[in-house]
Amino acid sequence: MNEAAFTPVASLIGGVLIGLSATLLVLTNGRIAGISGIAAGLISSSDRAWRASFLGGLVAAAGLASWLLDLGRAPWSSGPGVLVVSGLLVGVGTRLGNGCTSGHGVCGLSRLSFRSLVATLVFMAAGIVTVTVVRLGASP
Amino acid sequence: MSATSTSRVTLEVLYAIAAGALFGVGLVVSGMSQPEKVLGFLDVLGGAWDPSLAFVMVGAIGVAFFGFRAARSRATSASGAPIALPRQTGITPSLVLGAVLFGIGWGLVGLCPGPSFAAIGAGHLDVVFFVVALLGGAGLVDLVRHVASVNASRGEDA
Repeated sequence: MNEAAFTPVASLIGGVLIGLSATLLVLTNGRIAGISGIAAGLISSSDRAWRASFLGGLVAAAGLASWLLDLGRAPWSSGPGVLVVSGLLVGVGTRLGNGCTSGHGVCGLSRLSFRSLVATLVFMAAGIVTVTVVRLGASP
Repeated sequence: MSATSTSRVTLEVLYAIAAGALFGVGLVVSGMSQPEKVLGFLDVLGGAWDPSLAFVMVGAIGVAFFGFRAARSRATSASGAPIALPRQTGITPSLVLGAVLFGIGWGLVGLCPGPSFAAIGAGHLDVVFFVVALLGGAGLVDLVRHVASVNASRGEDA
């Protein structure tokens, strides 16, 4: 285990904020805080106002929080090609599977949805396998 | 547009900004907005596993469980919009295939949809490549599904 990188308290607090966001959105707008669905609906749905507002609030607040916590300086190690390939896989996959880490992993599991549990276990497993294969390929 | 629906859309927009802002701060504070931390979480077998992100799930689900329980007993939300919870329950091939493809894309870079928007906010402008590809990929699935449903309804007519 990597003790130096382990941040249980900050991660728990951040998680609580995400849970509060999902609670707020469902009780005020009746919507699931699933980011892949909110974003994809910008193209395919007619109710763009709340979607763009949610994502705008997310981008602005994340920028402000990163600046205040001085996290914005981390170097980026992925090239544009890898970013496009992974973005395509994430876009196609979350649309086919109707959700991502937030929609299935947070909201679906909070609703005790078995469908979301299956999706979460499958994408976690696929992520673990991918990271392992990439690491083995990088350092044979 | 009537006065009621105009004020409902205004309320929806204001609530959505607040919820999005909470989500964005949560992603940054939790560490989800740092791809290297996500990769450290997924690298279970690498000998330097960082289990922090499991705590994100615990915190988020611990709160949202009660939020969705409260939502289940209501038909209408505070803005007046109906509460639209997902009704699908089936374990379909597209659910599993989609989750596999998503997991591979997630593991390649360490970005899933929420953190990719947060990363752009934090100044990682190259993540725009990821978000544009994400929207394109989702749009492609919608297009293929649309064409398939049009063809299916033509088949019924013939």
